[in-house]
Amino acid sequence: MEHYNMNLTLKVWKQKNSKEKGNFETYQVNDISSEMSFLEMFDVLNERLIKEGKEPIAFDHDCREGICGSCSMHINGKAHGPWEKNTTCQLHMRAFKDGDTIVVEPWRARAFPVIKDLVVDRSAFDRIIQAGGYISVNTGNAVDANAIPINKKDADHSFMAAACIGCGACVAACKNGSAMLFVSAKVSQLALLPQGAPEKRSRVLDMVAQMDKEGFGNCTNTYACEAECPKGISVDNIARMNREYLSAGISSE
Amino acid sequence: MLTNLKLQLLHMTWKHFFTSSIGKKLIMGLTGLFLILFLIVHCGLNAMIYFNDSGETFNHWAHFMGSNLIIRVMEIGLFAGILLHIIQGLMLWVQNSRARPVNYAMNRAPANGKWYSRSMGLLGTLILLFLVMHIYHFWTPSRLGGIAGIHALQETRLGAEYNGQEVHDLYAEMLVVFQNNLWVVIVYVLGVIALFWHLLHGFQSAFQTFGINHKRYTPIIKGLGVAYSVLICLLFASMPVSMYLRWIK
Ligand code: HEM
Ligand code: FES
Repeated sequence: MEHYNMNLTLKVWKQKNSKEKGNFETYQVNDISSEMSFLEMFDVLNERLIKEGKEPIAFDHDCREGICGSCSMHINGKAHGPWEKNTTCQLHMRAFKDGDTIVVEPWRARAFPVIKDLVVDRSAFDRIIQAGGYISVNTGNAVDANAIPINKKDADHSFMAAACIGCGACVAACKNGSAMLFVSAKVSQLALLPQGAPEKRSRVLDMVAQMDKEGFGNCTNTYACEAECPKGISVDNIARMNREYLSAGISSE
Repeated sequence: MLTNLKLQLLHMTWKHFFTSSIGKKLIMGLTGLFLILFLIVHCGLNAMIYFNDSGETFNHWAHFMGSNLIIRVMEIGLFAGILLHIIQGLMLWVQNSRARPVNYAMNRAPANGKWYSRSMGLLGTLILLFLVMHIYHFWTPSRLGGIAGIHALQETRLGAEYNGQEVHDLYAEMLVVFQNNLWVVIVYVLGVIALFWHLLHGFQSAFQTFGINHKRYTPIIKGLGVAYSVLICLLFASMPVSMYLRWIK
């Protein structure tokens, strides 16, 4: 891929805190290398803003290698930008051309209030995990990892669900602001394994109850979540969670 | 000792179950599937007009449906189902729009799904508007026709003989409604078009809601859903059109 430099117009959401109203701010950035990542482009802009004595743009990031799920940004109308199955930190500037205008917004959901600029509060996800995204493990010596035989298919499906990085793109993409893809991935990864069996019923009931409490919308099976998920989490997981929920809901006291 | 143990688990009540996000979806799916079954019966019986025998076969079955106690009891279930579907559907619509208080300035939603999947509330409301008119046209005169002044069509005094009994001539009523009013025919066809898109998403969506998403079954379910939506809607739309065009008299 040939290297090139570009000049861009950025329209970025600026918001002081969760209380105040935000608005778009327009920035001109020049000589951006096609080999930079999207976040590096923001670093360049922020350094300049700091030098000019202006407020830099607040955005979330951590690993910058597509595994932590911090870098939540809605870029040109899509969660994590134009590339499929990709996080913002792994989006590279070669996705854009010289003269492009790029619109960058935070995730928009009642359950993800904006903290500042592009940073949203995703602690609702943490509380959902706390409600049931765990297994019981005996104390004492660590058990051999392969002590319990597990069907290869179940292990694979569990692993695919466990690929969820909890970035919230599913909520951001869903017209209902629903968290079903995230929660279903977290339910599935444990429901598919024998280690998850002791909490089989309480897990799904508690996690869904917490999800509803956080103010996420209700799933209407539009599958926008799957289309924009950087890890390609499948909506099969949502069907599995529905199954788990219905059977647990009917059978539990 | 044991009696002192408090259950730490979340206590499941019916209310909790059916007001959870998944329970609400279950209600939508069950009532939706029930309506889908109803439409098969409704469409099949209406297709009797295509015997083109001045409505004899059609009226025979319409009379059967109107006078059979079991059918009348099931009709109450049907109305309850429709009401539940509508109320829950509108509530979902409101709740879901509240889950995103601030909209995106730029949103490429068409890139991540079908427009009709995203428009179930709107399509449902269009169906509802159509239903109000539809019930006024046919259900009230055929069921409540005896109550004086229930509506203007009464004045055409539609009566037919059936086994020596005066019965409401529903077929003649269809002719009155469709033969002379192009706009009614157009509204009916538009109503059916809204139903088509609603079903195209709804049929397969209901199965996902019930937790059925399977490598082998889901393609069959999706195929059935498309076939059902096309067939039912083509048949329904053809009825007012063929009456208006005097294909059947
Ligand atoms: C004969 C008419 C109708 C039929 C056969 C029908 C059928 C269905 C079906 C099968 C679903 C899918 C349920 C699911 O995904 O689990 C659905 C969803 C829905 N219906 Fe209807 N419906 C009808 C009329 C209406 C009406 C009058 C409204 C009024 C507002 C409405 C509003 C909705 C809404 C908002 C949804 C979306 C819920 C969701 O996908 O989760 N429907 N319908
Ligand atoms: S910064 Fe960790 S996934 Fe992007």
